[in-house]
Amino acid sequence: MVLIGNLAQLTGGVAEFQLSATSVKHLFQQLAELHPAIGPHLDEGVAVAIDGQIYQDALFEPIAPDSEVFLLPQIAGGAAPATRR
Amino acid sequence: MAENGTNGTNGQGYVGTRTIRPDGVDKVTGRARFGADFNLPGQLIGRVLRSPHPHARIVRIDTSKAEALPGVKAVITRDDFADQSSEFIPAGEMMMNYKDVVRNVMAREKALYEGHAVAAVAATSPHIARKALKLIDVTYEVLPHVIDVVEAMKPGAPVLHDDLFTVGVEPKPDKPSNIAKRIEITLGDVEAGFKKADVVVEREFKTAPVHQGYIEPHAALASVSEDGSTELWCCTQGHFIVRAHCARLLGLDIAKIRVTASEIGGGFGGKTVVYLEPLAIALSRKAKRPVKMVMSREEVFKASGPTSGATVKVKMGATKDGKFVAGFAELKYQAGAFQGSPVQPGVFCAYAPYDMENVKVIGYDVVSNRPKVAAYRAPGAPISEFAVESVVDEIAKKLGLDPIDLRMMNAAREGTKAAYGPKFGPIGLEETLNSIKKTEHWNTPLRKWQGRGVASGFWFNIGGETCASLTINEDGTVSLMAGTPDIGGLRAALTNVVADELGIPYDKVRPIIGDTGSLGFTFLTGGSRSAFSGSMAIVEAAKQIKAELCARACKLWEAKPDQVEFKDGAVRPLGALAEKVKPMTVADFAKVAGKTGGPIGGYGRINAQGAGPSLGTHLVDLEVDPETGRVTILRYTVAQDAGKALHPAYVEGQFQGGAVQGIGWALNEEYVYGADGKLQNAGFLDYRMPVASDVPMIDAILVEVANPKHPYGVRGVGETPIVPPLGAIANAMENATGIRFTELPMSPPKVLKALKERGATAR
Repeated sequence: MVLIGNLAQLTGGVAEFQLSATSVKHLFQQLAELHPAIGPHLDEGVAVAIDGQIYQDALFEPIAPDSEVFLLPQIAGGAAPATRR
Repeated sequence: MAENGTNGTNGQGYVGTRTIRPDGVDKVTGRARFGADFNLPGQLIGRVLRSPHPHARIVRIDTSKAEALPGVKAVITRDDFADQSSEFIPAGEMMMNYKDVVRNVMAREKALYEGHAVAAVAATSPHIARKALKLIDVTYEVLPHVIDVVEAMKPGAPVLHDDLFTVGVEPKPDKPSNIAKRIEITLGDVEAGFKKADVVVEREFKTAPVHQGYIEPHAALASVSEDGSTELWCCTQGHFIVRAHCARLLGLDIAKIRVTASEIGGGFGGKTVVYLEPLAIALSRKAKRPVKMVMSREEVFKASGPTSGATVKVKMGATKDGKFVAGFAELKYQAGAFQGSPVQPGVFCAYAPYDMENVKVIGYDVVSNRPKVAAYRAPGAPISEFAVESVVDEIAKKLGLDPIDLRMMNAAREGTKAAYGPKFGPIGLEETLNSIKKTEHWNTPLRKWQGRGVASGFWFNIGGETCASLTINEDGTVSLMAGTPDIGGLRAALTNVVADELGIPYDKVRPIIGDTGSLGFTFLTGGSRSAFSGSMAIVEAAKQIKAELCARACKLWEAKPDQVEFKDGAVRPLGALAEKVKPMTVADFAKVAGKTGGPIGGYGRINAQGAGPSLGTHLVDLEVDPETGRVTILRYTVAQDAGKALHPAYVEGQFQGGAVQGIGWALNEEYVYGADGKLQNAGFLDYRMPVASDVPMIDAILVEVANPKHPYGVRGVGETPIVPPLGAIANAMENATGIRFTELPMSPPKVLKALKERGATAR
């Protein structure tokens, strides 16, 4: 899994990870455990590219064992989660 | 394929045919109701007092005289809006922060641009409202201002926000500045890449902020009852988003607010945010009467978002045979008074059309004393891609290569790793380049002072939360309800899908845009998502209906599920059963709905994923008048990958509209500020947008490389067409004059000056 752009600033500069997540939800959990500072940013404003396909707000999207995954800032749009509070 | 204006199928269904738009008659007869067309009995007129200063501390606001004026029913200021915590959320097509939104709709500590709302009144007539505004006494402490993005970044520049510290730099700054954020993406080793280059081109570009230029000004009508129940009618690209923002800004439960989107006279991203809506509700709540507010054109220019102006440096290297080996870019984007320019997508898109191993792009988000930018069609992409496409053309010239061949050689294709990370799925850039090269346009000779330019462009597209409902009426007709406002022919495109999914005639479907009480949360029309996501939601809703009809048929025919299928608009018996019973159409089921279980309908509720990027290539011919500097667009062809055009006429319309807006951006549009920090051209007479007589018919070539993630192969198409025109026109200008124009707009005074300074002669 690779962090794109400024996200690596939240993981001490580490941009590449080998994780064994089976879904976006698991990926976020594992990443937040490794680097708590990135946790709040994963809740909002992050898109996930799995094998070239970009997903936004898709916690349950499955990740295959050999998938190539990128985390990047949300491209454009996305839901407005903060309005739900 | 059916011709324009016929509601016949092509033998395989309606998708891909040019059916008559269901809202067309109302639009051409004037019956359609736009934002300012809504009225209620007893309504008041709301007006906004705006700051005359580009930067000033608001020391005191005295509204007592205005409140005492007979006919004035409510006055609101910053005191009527609770402050909001700093929290970024995705909204529209860009990130926003409610702490900034509450300050943008009504200035708090400071007025940050000329036109910034400072107070608002509701009165029984426009005359009294205007008089009341004059009676509001605002004490300002005028502060130094800064307009230009480069000036705003300099140490010692007037600082807009004392709490704005640059994010993305190490060490973290200990002083505030106007630089909100620095971002960077890196692919490969750009320095090593430049060492392999035989030719390197480095240029600096400047673009002007431009307005979305929708013909319909912002308008809102709010009615708040004594128990707080709120009705709002407004022109917006997303009424669910308006509801959410107003609830947040006014401390209301979302369920208390019902928003109805009017017909919309253009948005282009600029109607994804709120301006008047929370003010109208606040005034109505205070006055206990309906309040109607409509912006003047001057207000639209001064107080609603344009897109960024920017400074862009680009450095590209290529081998002598034309392979791009390195690309660097530095983007400085104006955000306006609050952070949140589209620099992030600008960074991602800069080199996206090309297969390159070494890329580095740095971006800065910079505030200055201008209105806060709003999304504008492919936010951020036209700016960065204009710069890159100009340099690509220069490389072609230096290497003596055909500019289309050079792009083809380096084109991103399926499997190419984008500079922003992931690999592309199937995309159609090569197909658009091939299409353009085969046109008669490309091969037509030019005359003196005429030039030809080509450029490509990329945009991501999005999906998102979307609802749509289908209801089978008693007579077998179908009511379609969508939650995204129809801006560019959405109702026609979605109706084509409904007709095909249910196997019924197009004319038997009535599409409407539902209000916020009619459907679940549906994200806005933006990100080129409404046809893509809406059609997916319809397929889901239709699937439910087909399953229900099959289940009812099984009960009626006392059959098993595997003995029936839904096909061509009817549930059909299979095998031996076919000899006993006749197929039942949707209309047949409608007649017996009550006896077989009640009303029949489907409700698609999805978070659409799988939006495929759309790439395009534009070709333009223009002529320069050496005596006046005026540029005339002679001929223009757009080729773009639509995946699958649900309704070709409205896909072509998107291509044409994007091209025309890009022509305006390239040639004439700009915000002109005086030394006093005030906008000098806040009207269409002085802010020159292209009109029909300025442009030729734009030829549109539909390329269809199916998006495998969509049931019909659809890609979003609305935004990509505004990306290539800036570069294509600059390249055509170079072709016509031999001058590389690096500053937009290429308006007559600038062109004339350049021609004289450089002694240019026709090519």
